[in-house]
Amino acid sequence: MPISVLMPQMGESIAEGTLVRWLKKVGDSVDRDEPLFEISTDKVDAEIPSPAEGVLAAINVEEGGTATVNSVVAVIALVGDDAAAAASSATPDAAVAPAPHEPSVAASPRPQVSRSGTGLTPDEVHRQKSSPLVRKIAREHGVDLTQIAGSGLGGRVTKTDIHRFIEGAPADARSSSTPVQVGDRVEKLSVMRRKIAEHMVFSRRTSAHVHTVFHVNFSTVAGVRAAKKADYERVGVKLTYMAFIAKAVVDAIGRYPVINASLDGDDIIYKADVNLGIAVALDNGLIVPVVKGAGTMGMADLARSIADVAARARAKKLMPDEVSGGTFTITNPGQSGAQFGLPIINQPQVAILCVGAVEKRPVVVNDAIGIRLMSYLTLGFDHRLIDGAVADAFMVDVKRQIENFDPANV
Amino acid sequence: MRPLEVRRLGVISYTEALDLQRALVEERRAGHVPDLLLLLQHPPVITVGVKGDGGRSHILATAAQLNSLGIEVHEPGRGGDVTYHGPGQLVGYPILDLRPDRCDVHRYVRDLEEVMIRMCQDFDVDAGRVTGLTGTWVGAEKIGAIGVRVSRWITSHGFAFNLATNLDHFRLIVPCGIGDRGVTSLDWLTKRTNPLAGVEAACVRHFGDVFAREPLPSSD
Repeated sequence: MPISVLMPQMGESIAEGTLVRWLKKVGDSVDRDEPLFEISTDKVDAEIPSPAEGVLAAINVEEGGTATVNSVVAVIALVGDDAAAAASSATPDAAVAPAPHEPSVAASPRPQVSRSGTGLTPDEVHRQKSSPLVRKIAREHGVDLTQIAGSGLGGRVTKTDIHRFIEGAPADARSSSTPVQVGDRVEKLSVMRRKIAEHMVFSRRTSAHVHTVFHVNFSTVAGVRAAKKADYERVGVKLTYMAFIAKAVVDAIGRYPVINASLDGDDIIYKADVNLGIAVALDNGLIVPVVKGAGTMGMADLARSIADVAARARAKKLMPDEVSGGTFTITNPGQSGAQFGLPIINQPQVAILCVGAVEKRPVVVNDAIGIRLMSYLTLGFDHRLIDGAVADAFMVDVKRQIENFDPANV
Repeated sequence: MRPLEVRRLGVISYTEALDLQRALVEERRAGHVPDLLLLLQHPPVITVGVKGDGGRSHILATAAQLNSLGIEVHEPGRGGDVTYHGPGQLVGYPILDLRPDRCDVHRYVRDLEEVMIRMCQDFDVDAGRVTGLTGTWVGAEKIGAIGVRVSRWITSHGFAFNLATNLDHFRLIVPCGIGDRGVTSLDWLTKRTNPLAGVEAACVRHFGDVFAREPLPSSD
């Protein structure tokens, strides 16, 4: 009587495990308690011993696949069993597994050229009962019919199904919802790319994003900048529009602390410091270095700190703690020509300012059309915590400061 | 309470520690030794797993850079992702028999986190857990990492607590990225140098409490 090997329950809260490695091959003999396979769950790797002495007759879960606890991952033929018969009996031994569990096997990423006839669900069996022509095509292309969702009677794979499958999935393509055509390039996500992806989707899921756009006149700032630029350069600091915007933002945050808060369950955390994140584009991603304690900085320190972290971000010379702990972020797609953007909040923050291109535009001044240096500033905010009226009041404050910048503060 | 023998091994190479653990797991299984806690430090080493590329793509530095810093790359034959060990990091490898009453790998990992959280408390550092991210965290930064192997309920590998670790070296493997997830150390957080002996003593005391084991008087 063959024995089923089950995915063990390694802990109360564990529902499934990833099969990392088989230590035996089909056909190998194993002793009772001899390590048979390795699984991995949440930073723990475990070596699982064989429940019985015999021959490993079938493997139902490939390396890298996941299986739910108590599902059958392999079958062991006992001494005296016919290994082939054991392999074809997919029914778990009642003595070992009182309730037969359907093996929940993550599909192997590649279509299998050969696969033993074990561990098939009735559905898979149906799909294999396809016409000789379909089976011939499958053989010629090295396609496993069980990998194809059949549209025919009882889930049978039709000629159209298999042609579509072969055309849509070259042999080295990963199975995915995106069909890969010949000539397409498939590239692994970089670590940074994946982190950005996770971070962005997480933020979209977490916050109720709303955006408000203000048109701000930078003519005064341009004048102040022109007057003070040389002074700043003498001490090695480049005076940028970003420094003026940052100064206006941190001052406005002092009057609207909710913009610099975080939502933690039922608690609103109003941050004591303004740690200002500045989004910096890199070759293959972006990074948000943080200027700590920006709320208490004067213009010169702020300008110097922003230039410093941005330069070191591009040179990949940031310390780990310089990209964490931000409480508000400014992003500047205007430098690449964007009129305005609708930014995603940098979690766990609740608001983000997006700076559009600063450029001369025709505007109405005293009932005449004049030329002014203008920029669209967008505030993206989390409506769970911040209402439109508060967001707009904050933006009016920022706009008022920028349009009436006091040269004495520079 | 079951006895716990603490072995302080000083600085030993990753390979040597691996061989030692393998032998001790068998000794423990045979009942030749009591439950053990190995405390040690490694010379700089980056370890990768066996799954997929084992996190090789997570190593950012070139082979030449690693070489010039004297950092080895090692495959211990475990799962998981890429990790860094180095001087100033207190590494603990418990060789415990989890039977009969602690046969739950999640509980085991949570218990290791608890030991490191309590160690932090002794130094007035407020540490905790982050749901879904194994390890011990101070805010959004990790101070203690965990990677565990269980072979028929005998444990090996374990935890790594950053006392005075060169945090720059972590930048060789994980990009700070968009990351609100950095790495930190006890010395960095407390702005002073904490002697290793004191941190080890805290570790042994809390390990004994959390796992209900009686540390044997040390022979040295």
